[in-house]
Amino acid sequence: MKKQIAFSEIAGNSNGYWALLLFFGALIGAALGATWHMEHEGHWVTGMSNQIVWGVPHVFAVFLIVAASGALNVASISSVFEVQDYKALAPLSALLSLALLTGGLAVLVLDLGRPDRLIVAMTSYNFKSIFAWNIYLYTGFFGVVGIYTWVMMDPRFVHFKKVAGSFAMMWRLLLTTGTGSIFGFLVARQAYDAAIMAPMFIIMSFAYGLAIYLLVIMAVYNGANRPLGDYVVCRMRNLLKVFVGAVLYFTLVQHLTNLYATEHHGVELFILLEGGPYTVLFWVGHIFLGGLLPLAILFHPMARTRAWTAIAASLIVLGGLCQVYVIIIGGQAYPLVLFPGMEVQSSFYDGEIYRYLNSLPELVLGIGGFALVAAIIMVAIKVLPFLPESLEDRHVDPEHSAKKEAREAGEKAGASA
Amino acid sequence: MTSKKTGMDTDAARRRFLGGAAALTTLSLAPGVTLIASAEAKEAHDATSTKMRWGMLIDARKCDSECTLCVDACRDEMGWGTPADRKPRPKTDAQWIRKVHVTDPKTTHTFSLPVMCQHCESPTCVDVCPTGASFKRVDGVVLVDKHICIGCRYCMMACPYKARSFVHEDISNQKPHAPRGKGTVEACTLCVHRVDRGGIPACVERCATAGRKAMLFGDLNDPESEIAKAVAEFATKQIRADLGLNPGIRYQGI
Repeated sequence: MKKQIAFSEIAGNSNGYWALLLFFGALIGAALGATWHMEHEGHWVTGMSNQIVWGVPHVFAVFLIVAASGALNVASISSVFEVQDYKALAPLSALLSLALLTGGLAVLVLDLGRPDRLIVAMTSYNFKSIFAWNIYLYTGFFGVVGIYTWVMMDPRFVHFKKVAGSFAMMWRLLLTTGTGSIFGFLVARQAYDAAIMAPMFIIMSFAYGLAIYLLVIMAVYNGANRPLGDYVVCRMRNLLKVFVGAVLYFTLVQHLTNLYATEHHGVELFILLEGGPYTVLFWVGHIFLGGLLPLAILFHPMARTRAWTAIAASLIVLGGLCQVYVIIIGGQAYPLVLFPGMEVQSSFYDGEIYRYLNSLPELVLGIGGFALVAAIIMVAIKVLPFLPESLEDRHVDPEHSAKKEAREAGEKAGASA
Repeated sequence: MTSKKTGMDTDAARRRFLGGAAALTTLSLAPGVTLIASAEAKEAHDATSTKMRWGMLIDARKCDSECTLCVDACRDEMGWGTPADRKPRPKTDAQWIRKVHVTDPKTTHTFSLPVMCQHCESPTCVDVCPTGASFKRVDGVVLVDKHICIGCRYCMMACPYKARSFVHEDISNQKPHAPRGKGTVEACTLCVHRVDRGGIPACVERCATAGRKAMLFGDLNDPESEIAKAVAEFATKQIRADLGLNPGIRYQGI
């Protein structure tokens, strides 16, 4: 029989805790300062232009929003698929997804030309716009996952857990479909206009979200001096292999599909071979550092340690940022095709590869999104019991732990004999 | 008796109060009503009609590659150029209309044409706009409502013609008929402020005044209009017609 998992708040009164919170607070303050600068001066002080209209803030925002959906994986596996080992990990998963969405949306909203008109976005809708649908999907996500978190943490409602968890899982799949469709529905741009965007964003969310979850749980348990067993980490490692492999597969299909159509050869040549920084970010950042290398680490028998898992997860996050950068900025850098097959030139940079170099305030705003996520988690785990007091193997899965101990005892006995 | 008198006094007082309030209200509102009445030269709904489809026919064969009269006219009319007190910032400065030079690499044939908002029948910018700030009038003119544009730039991502600009900085000396706003998106309005009064767009007027007559403006739905007759008689093309957006701007000689 399994032992009841005990959840509790962290003490959160050490100097280290306050120093870290202050550090993230400072980053958030810097991001707000950067926003004030960009909004006060106007967007000409950024690297964005009439050619590259979405820049680094959008890379961070989309990455965080996509990761938010994926961070809920662990909770979904626990509640929907009823995998007991994940039960203890589920509340943090829901918290992380809410925090990531908050961080992503904050960056997105603060980069609007008129962030002061947020209320207009909430009250004036064009229902043909996937952006407008996303506003519902994002705000609805807070409600749905909020209720799901409550149901998970309040023993009185525990029998609603599967229903709430299933609804939250469907909602987040819709949410990532909506985010991918922002690009999939752009018929005029060579790099987008593809139905594969929506499912690809879903699988990207699985990989990014789980990688961030792994990093967060390792950091939090290390910081809070609570025990974290290898079993939990290794179970998620296996899942991560599948997700990273699937991202690579979808990327392959996306580019092969484009390469089949002659009209897309130009943009494919640009991204895959001649795009300078975008080509480097694609092959080195996304494919190698964010895909092949973490896969090699995750599969390597000698790298089955927590440190290597953290390295692999960090690489997946880095590769994910590179992937979103190539999709968003690389996709815009390739010029619109006004006259297929013709060479065009104008004072408005028609026919030219658009250049983009992000400014410091843009980067600071994007990093502020990550800092907001971290600050929310730090505060939330201090005030609410999101974390199990122990994630030692024997608490998470006593049967596995017992088998392991018996195996080790057997090996020892064999060795001594 | 006393109570009846008191009741009558109360009624009279109430009547006096209501009468006074009504008079005050009338005095307050009447000037406003009068002002509105005299300011409205024409009812708003008279200016546009579903029967119309404003459009333009541009003859690239008459369009000299060096000529920028239409661009200059638009800039003068709408006030979007680089202000005199600062250096140009070509990457972020707005361009509502631009001259595009096209070369066929296989034959070296070249032509030049002005490109602006194509005022599509199925505008992608209107489809994607989350707040409905991008909208199409019933007469086919595509505009941006600057009051509800939140500056998300999704319309700029969606427009196949790169016709829209984002206002990247503070603006001074705006034209009263073409209000602009930092942090919002803007584009060619087909000079609706002129058209609604029976005029023609500034670019068309300047081109004609200079004797080039490369641009023809009119109602595509009116079979008697010069433009409707021209598009019926001559082969004309729309840019990226393959997208099926049915732009209101057509071209000859491209």
